Amino acid sequence: MSTNAHNFPAQLPLPVDPRSPARIGGARGKAGRVPVVRLVRGVSADIPKVGLTDICLSYRTQSGERMLALDHINLQVKAGEFLCIVGPSGCGKSTLLHLIAGLHQQTSGQVLVDGKQVQGTGTDRILIFQELGLFPWLTVGDNVAFGMKMKGIGKAEREEKTEYYLRLVHLSQFKRSYIHQLSGGMRQRVALARALATEPDVLLMDEPFAALDAQTRDLLHDELERIWAETGRTIIFVTHNVREAIRLGDRVALLTFRPGRVKREFPVDLPRPRSLEDVDVARAAREILDELREEINRSLEEEYNTGPKTIVPAEGQP
Amino acid sequence: MKRAARLIVFYAGLLGLWTLLAQMKIWPPYLFPTPWGVGDALYAGFKDHSFVIAIAVSMRRVLIGYAISVVLGMILGLGVASSKFLEETMGGLLVSLQSLPSICWWPLALLWFGLSQNAILFVVVMGSLLSVTLAMEDGRKQMPKIYSMAGRNLGASGLQLFWYVLLPASLPFIVSGLKQGWAFAWRSLITAEMLYLSLGLGQVLMMGRDLNDMSAVIAVMILIIAIGYVVDGVVFKSMERRLQQRWGLTPST
Repeated sequence: MSTNAHNFPAQLPLPVDPRSPARIGGARGKAGRVPVVRLVRGVSADIPKVGLTDICLSYRTQSGERMLALDHINLQVKAGEFLCIVGPSGCGKSTLLHLIAGLHQQTSGQVLVDGKQVQGTGTDRILIFQELGLFPWLTVGDNVAFGMKMKGIGKAEREEKTEYYLRLVHLSQFKRSYIHQLSGGMRQRVALARALATEPDVLLMDEPFAALDAQTRDLLHDELERIWAETGRTIIFVTHNVREAIRLGDRVALLTFRPGRVKREFPVDLPRPRSLEDVDVARAAREILDELREEINRSLEEEYNTGPKTIVPAEGQP
Repeated sequence: MKRAARLIVFYAGLLGLWTLLAQMKIWPPYLFPTPWGVGDALYAGFKDHSFVIAIAVSMRRVLIGYAISVVLGMILGLGVASSKFLEETMGGLLVSLQSLPSICWWPLALLWFGLSQNAILFVVVMGSLLSVTLAMEDGRKQMPKIYSMAGRNLGASGLQLFWYVLLPASLPFIVSGLKQGWAFAWRSLITAEMLYLSLGLGQVLMMGRDLNDMSAVIAVMILIIAIGYVVDGVVFKSMERRLQQRWGLTPST
């Protein structure tokens, strides 16, 4: 499985100028019409924006056994790329995001950003938590400005950028509201604005739309895609919803159930904008779903049939 | 409105009972004063400014002492909550120390600080420090972990993380402890002031005893209760209300 890095599809076009609106609905996926080498945010596109090499994570369970959560994860994410990670619950996909964010430390392996190993948290990588973690004691505006305040950015600039990012997520008139006064979809957008306002190169999103109703989710998909195109961020998006992954991603990586390994990577070469209901999206999702179902079955088997004493051995390790 | 009416009836009844007992003259008036006697004492006390000075002196002391215990208590509580070693060792000690009435520190305070303001402050701090510490420890543990993770994720660390994230995030969980700490501080202060000539409310109370002026004693007792009530009702209630509104803890009624 350590050859994952080489599964990266050669035909996948590199991101066009991230600020170009042509990115949406343009001729994406048709290789050849896009220049091959480009500089995005001052870094050569040859070096992956985020590189995960042989990431392993194990921990001790309460009964004292060692549990392997992540097993030799290798993934390369190009600057400006939208990567989706899918997998059954318990495969460690959230944990992987925490590792990239620097909130936890992997047992072995390296997390590289721009070729440099990450040391703890850094505002070049901002994680949007599944539970959001918005601060209820601050107004919407202060939440968005929080990261800038920590960075020591002056008040005037903070104000200006807060306004900008709130406009970007269409929440300008809620600047002075408190979090509990907002609906789920609005909170989601505050979290997005708060993350963007720190101006990270890499945006990590942990099942951000899982708890939303279908209409709100569709809207946020559109907005996220638009913002991604406008700001040129690299996005790593974790979800258990395969269609959502196809809807949004340039590429989908499928993780196995316990220990989490990269089972396969699927390039998504469908033109944008896509919709969850597109036939092509459904067709692409089916292929991934078949493989995902295997993993889900394995997870169910483990939870219900064989009981808790079976800890998956770290088979297949080099 | 109904509540106000009930309160008026209750207090009118209480005053009536008091008047009745005083008028029956079971005890001599210098032992059991009448309500208007106490009223006169209150008026006189404010007129010659002795109560005003006493309140100012006492408030100043309690504010200083309380502020010290809040700062120390938060640091201690945070330390105990975030270190397993401290929790195992100091946690138990803190709980057991809480059963010690703060005035028991008075002899030590006298030896260490002499007959001075600092001795009184020491007793006040010892009285409220533990409540604040235990509240902060508890608050830090109850606080959802997501806030500290989100704070670190957004670039906060060290003191910034404490001041901008951990402290506000734990506030709803420690506000009752802060309130309890205030009550302990106030009680300890009055007790300590009663033991030492020192201008405060406690001393005015003892002066009433020395002069056999029970009206003045009761007047000061009423003042002590009133100040405690006002601080609780005005400062802490509004703090609680604001927290609840911001966090959306209660439906706004």
